[in-house]
Amino acid sequence: MKNTTQNKKIVSLQNYMLNHPFVLDSGEILENVNIAYETYGTLNKSKDNVILIFHALTGDAHAAFYNNENDRKPGWWDDMIGSGKAFDTDKYFIVCSNILGGCKGTTGPSSINPKTNRPYGLNFPIFTIEDAVRLQKELIDYLGIKKLIAAGGSMGGMMAQSWAIMYPQYVKGCIVIASTSRLSPQAIAFNAVSRNAILSDENFNNGDYYNQKFPEKGLSIARMVGHITYLCEEAMKNKFGRQFLSESSANKNYGFNGNFDFQADFEVESYLHYQGQSFVNRFDANSYLYITKAVDYFDLTHKYGSLYEAFKNCKAKFLIISFSSDWLFTTSQAKEIVDALVKTNKNVSFCEIQSPCGHDAFLLEFETQTKIIKGFLSDLESI
Amino acid sequence: MMYYNLIMLGKKNKLNYKKIIDIVETQSSILDLGTGEGTLLKLLINEKNCSGLGVEINQNAVIKSLEKGLSVIQGNLDEGLHMFSDKQFDYAILNQTLQSVQKPDFVIEEMLRVAKKCIISFPNFAYYKVRFYLFFKGKMPKSKMLPYEWYNTPNIHLLTVKDFFEFSKMRKIKILNSIYMQNGNTCNYINKNLANILSEEVIFICSR
Repeated sequence: MKNTTQNKKIVSLQNYMLNHPFVLDSGEILENVNIAYETYGTLNKSKDNVILIFHALTGDAHAAFYNNENDRKPGWWDDMIGSGKAFDTDKYFIVCSNILGGCKGTTGPSSINPKTNRPYGLNFPIFTIEDAVRLQKELIDYLGIKKLIAAGGSMGGMMAQSWAIMYPQYVKGCIVIASTSRLSPQAIAFNAVSRNAILSDENFNNGDYYNQKFPEKGLSIARMVGHITYLCEEAMKNKFGRQFLSESSANKNYGFNGNFDFQADFEVESYLHYQGQSFVNRFDANSYLYITKAVDYFDLTHKYGSLYEAFKNCKAKFLIISFSSDWLFTTSQAKEIVDALVKTNKNVSFCEIQSPCGHDAFLLEFETQTKIIKGFLSDLESI
Repeated sequence: MMYYNLIMLGKKNKLNYKKIIDIVETQSSILDLGTGEGTLLKLLINEKNCSGLGVEINQNAVIKSLEKGLSVIQGNLDEGLHMFSDKQFDYAILNQTLQSVQKPDFVIEEMLRVAKKCIISFPNFAYYKVRFYLFFKGKMPKSKMLPYEWYNTPNIHLLTVKDFFEFSKMRKIKILNSIYMQNGNTCNYINKNLANILSEEVIFICSR
């Protein structure tokens, strides 16, 4: 094991603090806004080898490599980012920043409000995906970058689309994975249940819980709901079946193995409990409320009148990827984006990857994605 | 389906690629339907400086095309080309695929709508060797062009040169040019009936 730790690539979280107020779509103003980000690879002299990676709902700026030698797990997209990988750090300078309202370094509801010297809590203004994109633009300007490729999965795909729409001169390539131009009512419904779980937690205290017990139960239930939407029937069947927890290999007792109580009986229950529990240690309940709200509000058709209008001024070459078993952000939603791009005569490719992994596939099916993305990027290099 | 078509047809298809590349004018915009692994589209882009988009149903073929750096959309031709505007492309190409779609008439109509000119190629079921095969053997014809068994063939709408002329007349489709091929070589026939008997494969260039 010691040999492998020597090969760990180490990356540090960096911070950029705005020295001016940041105005949101709602008109609210944030002061002292900080953006946490990581970079991988080397920025070339002309500063045009940049890929901006966007994380999903509960992700963070730590997309690849390790933060220190003792880390057991690398960043969330380490399979895709690195030397010789889909996003090749030998060629590209890759930037990933934590979203506005997050809890991993970028200013969010758990940050200190300079006006009160206490955490914002629910005094943090409601923001949009477009706000989050405009904040990232501040970072890109600070880094002196004028051309980039935008890439992200799920919520990250929404940000990639927004970048291509809002800054057409900057974005030469746009990779949208397992994403949509707007949530389905079904997806909003799941987010509503998640938020309700948090809001009704006895410790929620109207979002002002930072000096006391956290609304752990609510946040953990929110995460459990989330995980159901990230998997699919087939994935759950493959992963857990109807396996009872007591059916361990040591205790192979065929027949009924229920506990006759309301503790977790099935493997799938235990998995959800585990996901919920481990989530509360790394995520802030208020951030979950705010970011899900931003995702719910995201609607390019509504914002621009039609998807056609939304994309018509884009200059980017697009790659849209969906997964066959993703019922949260479906292939037909991806095709809506593709159709609009085709109608506006944009250069676009689309592939639906066959996968039994549900929405989570964008984090798991890296081999196929790597082939597709490498081809896409190689063509962009020749332009 | 279309993907296997290309593999099975192998060398034969490369010959017809050359013919299609000759037809297409430089710097045209191309919609390549049933693009397979994108070999023809890539050649058109490289040799004729065309801009192009492929449509392909098979995921593995789409990935192969994307690896070549091509723009390809995964999709089913039978669902139509609704996302494309009228006359968006200079050419729509349907190479060796017409006989394997569910709704050939619909696909052709859609091609005529979205492109100024259409290039459509297919194996001719009235080729004399095919006729002899059926006549003497009494079995579904198999050949290099038609390599499948009756039970696994993707070719569900086999047709003849004459069928296509009849169809074009009925639908008021202008046939601008027809290239008859046998063993990969072009042959000229003044008589359509002779062309129907002697062509193994045909390429039609048409418009409306």
